[in-house]
Amino acid sequence: MSRTPLDTVEHAAATPDVELPWAELGLKKDEYERVVEILGRRPTGAELAMYSVMWSEHCSYKSSKVHLRQFGEKAPQSDALLVGIGENAGVVDVGQGYAVTFKVESHNHPSYVEPYQGAATGVGGIVRDIIAMGARPVAVVDPLRFGAADHPDTKRVLPGVVAGIGGYGNCLGLPNIGGEVVFDACYQGNPLVNAGAIGVMRHEDIHLAKASGAGNKVILYGARTGGDGIGGASILASETFDDAKPSKRPAVQVGDPFQEKLLIECTLEAFQEKLVVGIQDLGAAGLSCATSELASNGSGGMRVTLDDVPLRDSTLSPEEILMSESQERMCAVVEPEKVERFLEICDKWDVIATVIGEVTDGDRLEIYWHGGKIVDVDPRTVAHDGPVYERPYARPSWQDELQADDANKLPRPSSSEELKDQVLKLVASPNQASKKWITSQYDHFVQGNTVLAQPEDSGMIRIDEESGLGVAIATDGNGRYAKLDPYAGAQLALAEAYRNVATTGAKPLAVSDCLNFGSPEDPAVMWQFAEAIRGLADGCQQLGTPVTGGNVSLYNQTGEAAIHPTPVVAVLGVIDDVARRTPVAFQEEGQLLYLLGDTREEFGGSAWSQVVHDHLGGLPPKVDLERERLLAEILISASRDGMIDSAHDLSDGGLIQAVVESALLGGKGARLVVPDGLDAFTFLFSESAGRAVVAVPRSEEVRFNDMCGARGLPVTRIGVVDGASVELQGEFELTLEELRQAHEETIPALLK
Amino acid sequence: MTARIGVVTFPGSLDDRDTQRAIRLAGAEPVALWHKDKDLHQVDAVVLPGGFSYGDYLRAGAISRFSPVMETVIEQARAGLPVLGICNGFQILTEAHLLPGGMLGNDHLHFICRDQKLRVENADTAWTVDYEQGQEIHIPLKNMDGRYVADQYTLDKLEAEGLVAFRYLARDGVADERGNPNGSLNDIAGITNEAGNVVGLMPHPEHATEPLIGTGRTDGLPFFTSILKKLVTA
Repeated sequence: MSRTPLDTVEHAAATPDVELPWAELGLKKDEYERVVEILGRRPTGAELAMYSVMWSEHCSYKSSKVHLRQFGEKAPQSDALLVGIGENAGVVDVGQGYAVTFKVESHNHPSYVEPYQGAATGVGGIVRDIIAMGARPVAVVDPLRFGAADHPDTKRVLPGVVAGIGGYGNCLGLPNIGGEVVFDACYQGNPLVNAGAIGVMRHEDIHLAKASGAGNKVILYGARTGGDGIGGASILASETFDDAKPSKRPAVQVGDPFQEKLLIECTLEAFQEKLVVGIQDLGAAGLSCATSELASNGSGGMRVTLDDVPLRDSTLSPEEILMSESQERMCAVVEPEKVERFLEICDKWDVIATVIGEVTDGDRLEIYWHGGKIVDVDPRTVAHDGPVYERPYARPSWQDELQADDANKLPRPSSSEELKDQVLKLVASPNQASKKWITSQYDHFVQGNTVLAQPEDSGMIRIDEESGLGVAIATDGNGRYAKLDPYAGAQLALAEAYRNVATTGAKPLAVSDCLNFGSPEDPAVMWQFAEAIRGLADGCQQLGTPVTGGNVSLYNQTGEAAIHPTPVVAVLGVIDDVARRTPVAFQEEGQLLYLLGDTREEFGGSAWSQVVHDHLGGLPPKVDLERERLLAEILISASRDGMIDSAHDLSDGGLIQAVVESALLGGKGARLVVPDGLDAFTFLFSESAGRAVVAVPRSEEVRFNDMCGARGLPVTRIGVVDGASVELQGEFELTLEELRQAHEETIPALLK
Repeated sequence: MTARIGVVTFPGSLDDRDTQRAIRLAGAEPVALWHKDKDLHQVDAVVLPGGFSYGDYLRAGAISRFSPVMETVIEQARAGLPVLGICNGFQILTEAHLLPGGMLGNDHLHFICRDQKLRVENADTAWTVDYEQGQEIHIPLKNMDGRYVADQYTLDKLEAEGLVAFRYLARDGVADERGNPNGSLNDIAGITNEAGNVVGLMPHPEHATEPLIGTGRTDGLPFFTSILKKLVTA
């Protein structure tokens, strides 16, 4: 970019023919022409930098916007929603004056390039979104997807990602309470590293990203700005990886969790003293994003002096300063008389804080450098009026063939011996095996409020020590189901997360999502995307759980091969008293095991079809959201009234996977009987949705059955908690030791 | 009049609030102390909590040891003030030479978080009198740099004089490499000074104080009732 003379607004107007590198910055020709049209002249280099990052796919949602609108249009009536889509994170009323904010985001591309820093800064980014709402972060969750478990590159990516999440989250003092780890060859060059966080605040403490009040000061605080992550948003997150291009490593940011911990504490202290009018974290697109969003959401304009930004590298150009994605930075708008106190708090926490500008009574965002005006734009055109694409989409030609390849017709075990072998094979398969090797690298205990953490069905955090009020969160997704039918697959992800929250005794309230797909330029991928959103929006409407926000990650694709469509859904729930929570582990011998819901022959996309036959075809399990709602009501009532001592949702791997997990966690076995009307194979491996297994104390048997009967939920007695083995009467018996070995040795053996 | 127990917050301390809660649950009064403030505000005992003080980018605890508050803690600990160091706090106590030896990175090179079985080897310190000698307890462990090391002379002295306060155990109650989470020498989880007023350990007793939370055990509460008993009867 031309810097001699400085490319000011004046200079740009006088030199209309100067060629700018808009293509290298990721803008399309028509997008560049639109910028020229908006400004009525060519942009300056700095303006171009801002538009290019803010109009990137990652920041502008230009391909997904037209579909995402459904989340608003179909939003169910909910008294719980305090802040909806569009802010840094949604906010939900959980009662007793508390509000909870939560969100899931992706950091997929950076985590493939540099697993440790990519994953670490993913945690850092989502946590800053939470503090920007005014909340204290209380927990994180990490849904992760990697390539084949035995692929050599998985051994590079997975340990780095896990160490990065642990290294960052542990150092912030945030308990890691949930998430998923899934392996599938489709994620080989495109691992999915999604990160979620929850924060808690009082209703009156909600803060929004807006700059209002002429004369108010704009304060940049946190880390100094460096050259890391420049172009990260535009180039890294918005293009398909291509082997022919040079290494993208320099575009991945480097995290400093210690700095972020100080940022959390000093931000919360400033909130407590009511010093902040508006606040925005600096993530993707850095200062470009923070200044344009703060200014466009407020009532006035903004003037910023870029020379005042503290730098790590004094040679950075103004364009680079505007685009830098250096981590651990925040931007606050503070009334002039409170600036001194704000700076004192930052000083107390050894956080660098600098006034870089002020809110004006105009409507322009003006940025100065060395005395010259290098940006003069309407901030709304940068932050909100980006391009919107109606990308063509079409049901892929192979979809019918895939659905016709019926998994229900695969050869089934023909003897008890074979059945038993397949059970062992299932519980030892990488996707079904214990993830303890991974989760033991995360701190679950810090903050002293963790009620449940993985491998429980949902993570649960106490938020009030007196009343026992708590929140639960579960994240789920199943790319295999979604590949077979993206509409149903998205609803199944929602149903599973909803069920997981209810299984622990909490009432599901709201949804956040992380939508991971291939290239939107491929009509087949775009169809998957459109279908998944339609499914999720319809599902949320039916279940009464609004989508409060989330994130879209496109271009998860290497060459022609896209990942499975992978909508990951997070459901947040509330529980009045965490003492009533229901754990997965069997608690007492002699308790009766009941299967809730209907079991059908449903093996399309199942773990069994993958583990035993390496097969993906047919249709995913049938979705019945009314049934999910009924099941949830039963599970919540049973927990509140003390009718069940343990419960586990049935999902991938079916009933046997759930029983084995409950048995191993509780150190108590189970004797199972195949119920009338089912064969042993379907009983064990079917993945019909809307089901759970519960353990009922004998004293509660009648009451529990009466409740299910009265509300019309099918309930089947399937056995009893007993002994030191899992036995299917008349078929096989596996000792807990055998099962433990199979279940727990797989992941360490693959990754050591 | 109950005992006032100070909890120091360094930049990067993580378990300071949890430790204050544990002190409250035991019936004592927690007092927040700030790393830049030399004044201990007349507390009767001090806990250095877990975390990654100053990011632990240098050796864990190496910078905190020089913070203003530590000047007073070191001086008063030598004069008999009860001090407990948990995890990062233990690392700071060794860096401050209030306890011998030091901590290296875990031998398996990973962060580890788990419920850990321990044996109380010395139930005669200011922080352990509410345990039985030889009692087996479970306390959560979570750290990156937890491998206790010392020279042979120091190890021999610790063993000979009963200064090993806690030892890692396997599930069957035997102290050997199966239960040792990080390669600590002699399976040492925690130690005391000769006077018994300064104790440090890697596991986190403050995370085992409520039946619903964490692992659901309360095996850590006696740390805080011990010191309360000691201070109130003194």
